[in-house]
Amino acid sequence: MKNIFLVLKREYLVRVRKKSFIIMTILTPLLIAAFYGIMVWAAIGSFQNDRKTIQVIDKSGLFKTKFKNDDNTVFEFKDEPLADAQKKLKGQEQKLLVMIPADILEKPSGLQIYSDKSVSPLVKSRIERNVQQEIRNIKLTKAGITQQVIEDANQDVDAQTFNLDEEGKSQSSSTTAAYIAGYAAAFLLYIFILIYGAGVMQGVMEEKSNRIIEVVISSVKPYHLMLGKILGVAAVGLTQFLLWAVLTFGITTATQTLFGFNRFTAAQEVVNKQTAQADPELKKEMEKQQSGMVKKVNDSIEGLKSLPLTQILLCFVFYFLGGYLLYSALYAAIGASVENQQEAGQFMFPIMMPIIAAIFFAQLSINQPDGALAFWTSMIPFTSPIVMMARIPFGVPAWEIALSMVLLVLGFMGTTWLAARIYRVGILMYGKKVNYKELSKWIFYKG
Amino acid sequence: MSNILEAHDIVKQYATHRALDGVSVSVPKGTIFGLLGPNGAGKTSLIRIINQITAPDEGYVLLGGERLHPKHISHIGYLPEERGLYKKMKVGEQLLYLAQLKGLSEREAMEKLKIWFKKFDIKTWWAKNVEDLSKGMQQKVQFVATVMHEPKLIILDEPFSGFDPINANLIKDEILELRDKGSTIIFSTHRMESVEELCDHIALIHKSKVILNGSKKAVKDQFKDNSFEVSYRGELGDLPSDFEVVSTKDEGEGISQANVRIVSDASVNQLVGHLISQVELVSFRENIPSFNEIFIKAVGGEIPEEALNL
Repeated sequence: MKNIFLVLKREYLVRVRKKSFIIMTILTPLLIAAFYGIMVWAAIGSFQNDRKTIQVIDKSGLFKTKFKNDDNTVFEFKDEPLADAQKKLKGQEQKLLVMIPADILEKPSGLQIYSDKSVSPLVKSRIERNVQQEIRNIKLTKAGITQQVIEDANQDVDAQTFNLDEEGKSQSSSTTAAYIAGYAAAFLLYIFILIYGAGVMQGVMEEKSNRIIEVVISSVKPYHLMLGKILGVAAVGLTQFLLWAVLTFGITTATQTLFGFNRFTAAQEVVNKQTAQADPELKKEMEKQQSGMVKKVNDSIEGLKSLPLTQILLCFVFYFLGGYLLYSALYAAIGASVENQQEAGQFMFPIMMPIIAAIFFAQLSINQPDGALAFWTSMIPFTSPIVMMARIPFGVPAWEIALSMVLLVLGFMGTTWLAARIYRVGILMYGKKVNYKELSKWIFYKG
Repeated sequence: MSNILEAHDIVKQYATHRALDGVSVSVPKGTIFGLLGPNGAGKTSLIRIINQITAPDEGYVLLGGERLHPKHISHIGYLPEERGLYKKMKVGEQLLYLAQLKGLSEREAMEKLKIWFKKFDIKTWWAKNVEDLSKGMQQKVQFVATVMHEPKLIILDEPFSGFDPINANLIKDEILELRDKGSTIIFSTHRMESVEELCDHIALIHKSKVILNGSKKAVKDQFKDNSFEVSYRGELGDLPSDFEVVSTKDEGEGISQANVRIVSDASVNQLVGHLISQVELVSFRENIPSFNEIFIKAVGGEIPEEALNL
C-alpha cells in the first residue's frame, strides 16, 4: 500500500508541475471567461449597434398600426414616393425600407424590402411574418370572424414542466436547464476520460521505453505500480477539474462585476432613454418586453435551481472516477504491450469506440431520458458514466443510479484485473510485435 | 561459509521455450559471484526470479535461509542490463523516490544520498534533470540507486557497459568495498577479464542449465589439463611415456619453450627431475586456464562429464 502511495505521489507531482498542465489549467478558465465576455459584449453590442429603423411605405393603408416596435427595431411610416425614400436610404446602414403595394391582399409576393446592405434573414422573415399575419387577420375578418375570436386564437403556448417529488408535490423543473446540464456533464466526462486515459498510456509507455521499468518493478509489484499510476493521474484530473471550477467561477464573477453587468445595465438605460424621448407609447411597449425578458432570466435561474445540483456534482465525481478507472486500466495495458505510438494506434481504436459510442448514446438519451436505449446504455459499464451523466439532470430513479454504480464498480474491477494480467507481462516484453492472440495468452500466464 | 542465496531446481517455462531447466545455484555470503552464460542462456530469467519480478514454475529460492518473500525486496539491490531513469525528473528527487520504494524513509534516504553524492563528487547534479546528464553520468546515478539502501545482496547485470576506464575502475573499487563490508554481489557479465579479476565464485548457465558451478579455484582445477609451460636452454630429448610434449617453440637467444603434459599419475617432481637431467630450466609454470578459455570450452560443448554439477 505504501508503494502505491509513493507511485501515486510521484505521478501526481511530476504531472502537476509540468508546464503544459499549468498552462492548460489557467488558460481554459480564461478561455471560458473570454467566451463569456464575448457573449456579454455581443449582447450589449446588439443593443447599441443593431438597432434598426424600418421605414415603411404602405400603399395599401392596412398596416399603419400593425407593426410593433421592440428592442431592436423601430418602425417609421413614410408617405413619400418610393424613389425619394430610396435615395435617402443611401449610406444609412441602420435603416431598411419596406414597400407594401396597394394590392398586397391579392398579390402577397409584391412585398419589397430595400436596404443599403443586404437584409438579414432574421429581419426579412420577421417582416414577412408580420405582413402574413395581418393579411390572414384581414381575410379572416372579411370572412366574418370577429377580431375577438382571432386574438383568442392567437395564444402563445409555453408549457411549464413539473417534477413530482416524493410527497407528490410538484416542483417546477426546467427541461432546457436539464438538457444543457446533462449535455455539458456528459461531454466533460467524455473529454476527461479520453485525455486522462491517454495520459496513463503515455506514462506507461514512457516507463517502458525508458527502461526504468525493470528497476521499478524490482521494488514494486506491477499491479501496485499500475494502480499507483492510474490513481495519480486521476488525482491530477480531479485537481484540474477543481481548479477549473474555482478559476472559472472566480474569473467570471470578477469580469461580471467589473464590466459585464454595469455595462449591460448602462447600455440598457441609454436605449431606454432614447426610446422614451422618441415615443412614450414605445416606452411602455419596451418595458413590457423587458419584464418578459426578466421573467425568462428568472425562469432559467429557477430552472438551474430546480436541478439536483449536489446530486449532479457527486455523481459527476463518481462517474468520472468509475469511467476513468475502467478505461485507464485498459489504456495502461495497451501502453505496456506496445513499444511506440504507431503500435499503440491499432489497440486504441477498440477502446475509443465505446467511448465515442457513449457520447452518441448520450445525445440520443438526452432527447428521451427514460427510453430503453437510455436505460440500457446507462447500465453497461462501458457507456454508463457518460450516458448516466446526461440523464441525471432530468431525474433518474435512485435504484437505477445505484444499480448502474454497482455495475460500474464491477466493470472497472474486471478491466483492472484483466489489464493487470496483460500489464505485468507486457512491460518486460521487448522486441516482439504484439497482436490480440498474444495478448489473450498473456492473460493466462502464471506468476 | 553460509549461503546467502540458494536456488533449488528452478524451472521457468515460457510459451515456446524453457528458460530455466532445473537450475540450482548457491551464492556464499560475502563473495562476488559471477553468473555467466551466453546470450539467451537464462541468466536474466534467473535474476528476475530472485528479484521476485516473476515467479518460478517449479523450485524455490532461499534468501538468508528463508523462502523469498516480498519483504526481501528491500534486501536486494538490482542494476539491470537494460537500465534507464525518468528523463524529466531531477536526479535528487528520482533517487529519493527509488530509495523510498526500497523501503527507506525520506530522511534515511536523504542521509544515505548525501554520503554517496559526496563520495562520487556529484553534488552539483542534485537539481539537474536526468536528460541533461551524459550516459556515463546516468550510469553512476543508477549505481547509487542500486546500492544506496545498503542491500545484503546486490545484483549487477553488466555493470561496466557504457563506462569509461576511469569510471569503470571507480565502480570496480566500489564493488570490492561493498563486498568487504559484508554485502554479497551477483555479477552477471560477458567480460571474462572482469570475472577473472573480481569473482570468487562462478556459475555458468548454458541452454537453461547450470553447467559449471563452484569457487574460482575449483572451477579452474576442473579445467586444468595437467600441462606445464617450460622455458629452458639446451636440447630437450625424448621423455618417458608418462609425459607428452604437446608443442615446442624457439623463443630466441637460445631459449626454447615447451608445453608438457603429464598423462599418467606421475608427479610434477618427477617431470622436473626428467627435465633438469636434459636441459637448463629457465622457468616452469602450470598452465591454468583463463575463464575465457573455460567459457568457450564449456559452452562450445567440450566439457568433461564429471564437471557437470560440481
